[in-house]
Amino acid sequence: MTEQSTTIVVLPELTDRNRHFWQGGENGQLVFMRCQDCGYYLHPPVPICPKDQSKNLAPEAVSGRANLASYSVNHHQWIPGFELPYVVALVEIVEQAGLRLTTNLVNCPLEDIRIGMPVRVVFRHLEDPGGDVWLPLFEPEGDGQ
Amino acid sequence: MSAQKNLAEKHCAISGLGQSDVGRRLGRDPLELTLDACYAAIADAGLTPADINGLATYPGGMAVPKGFTGAGAYEVLDAMRLEVDWYDSGVETSGQLGSVMKACMAVAAGMADHVLCFRSVWEGSAQGSGGRSSLGPGGGGGGRGGRGGKIYAGDFQQWMLPFGSAGAPIWVALFAQAHMDRYGTTPEQLAQIALNGRRNAEVNPKAIYRDPMSLEDYFNSRMITTPLRLFDCDVPCDGATAFVVSRRELAEDLAKPPVYIEAMGSAIHDRPSWDQLRDITRTVGTDAAAQMWGRTSLTPADVDMAQIYDGFSYLTMLWLEALQLCEVGGSGPFVEGGTRIARDGALPLNTAGGQLSGGRLHGYGFLHEACVQLRGEGAERQVPNKPEVAAVAAGGGNTCGCFLVTSVG
Repeated sequence: MTEQSTTIVVLPELTDRNRHFWQGGENGQLVFMRCQDCGYYLHPPVPICPKDQSKNLAPEAVSGRANLASYSVNHHQWIPGFELPYVVALVEIVEQAGLRLTTNLVNCPLEDIRIGMPVRVVFRHLEDPGGDVWLPLFEPEGDGQ
Repeated sequence: MSAQKNLAEKHCAISGLGQSDVGRRLGRDPLELTLDACYAAIADAGLTPADINGLATYPGGMAVPKGFTGAGAYEVLDAMRLEVDWYDSGVETSGQLGSVMKACMAVAAGMADHVLCFRSVWEGSAQGSGGRSSLGPGGGGGGRGGRGGKIYAGDFQQWMLPFGSAGAPIWVALFAQAHMDRYGTTPEQLAQIALNGRRNAEVNPKAIYRDPMSLEDYFNSRMITTPLRLFDCDVPCDGATAFVVSRRELAEDLAKPPVYIEAMGSAIHDRPSWDQLRDITRTVGTDAAAQMWGRTSLTPADVDMAQIYDGFSYLTMLWLEALQLCEVGGSGPFVEGGTRIARDGALPLNTAGGQLSGGRLHGYGFLHEACVQLRGEGAERQVPNKPEVAAVAAGGGNTCGCFLVTSVG
């Protein structure tokens, strides 16, 4: 690699609209905004449900289980300090078809990655004076879990 | 079908083409490159700046990402002292060629007779000797810098950057991997997009990379993010491209034979997103292409050549499927071996080298090359047998657009 000594940590900028998602991990929970009238999970969160125009929305935890929809093993140093290679993953949350997160697949040897494999959320805690955040990462759902 | 509709594009033709010098790092004033292309397009049509009464551009003035735009609409209006009855710019449209679609609509609506359209980039010089911009490709970082080695990602980038999903190469790689997994597309098949582009660039004097490239060279290029290698990513450059879109009956009396706009497609019925899509193996142009085919009696079998966006090689594969030039999932076998997509093949593809080898002129280069070929001005790279119908597509992701252009009215 290059002689970079800097490390950059990228945090989401917390707002009233996204805080539930980025701080749900404090309680070990993956939290999405959900329409309380029709049950649809809204992601990214918006103030009105596109399915029934309801404003009766509330954050709700899901199981944290998902399936690996796709992945890419990244070898390029886009951001200083990210250890290479790392796996960018697209996971589909089991509670709702098409509800996906771009995330990282962790705790998985590269040769064991399979599209469709079941995964579960694990959180990476990042401290920040403006409000700590918990990044939802995913790992293989182990045997018997 | 749509024959009874009043279709905007039927009222228009492309009457003039212009392109500046193109280079990896020209170190020239980007406004000069822009104006070179604009004045050339007007002269090519046999018009003067006083004849131009409309202007359209993508994306318009933007400070970041640096080099993404060489000039905005106001800069060009003022620098050329144009007197226009209609003008428009904007980045939130159906790909880079969305600006040309808007020009067609302005002409059809009676707002202008001759619309100057341009796209200008200087990403090569802007990036200097360093690499591709990492934060904020094609639309800004959407965040703010912080102290102590922290970046705060806002807007849509908050869902990407914290995970190192730092740009379009990764987002497209995710689509590509899903497509490969589902349909069995191979790296050797994918390589044909890059190899074909390089073969065509060898005979394009303006292309950036003109040295021959073998399959071995391709596989020796470094892996960026699986399955995309360096040669699957386009090359930033400096250059500008311009068109004059004219009222059809006026175009027929100008200096060059008109290129007719048979149909265009702008639709997006899926979410404008990189991860919340209905089907992550059909992420590019499906709705726009279906709309385009609904606006013409021509069919995919009538297409003589294709000029298709290759910001990343896999986007071309997905566009081939969206445009119905091959079966859904069948782009790998379709391009296998490269003979079908070669200049003398059944469907010549990206005959100027595409953005992979020709340079990232960002969408406009494909329409430019289609017009050059339909006019028979391709010189050493001219497609044989007088092609009459070209499919043109620009944009990656599903915010994109496409055209069907012809040399016969």
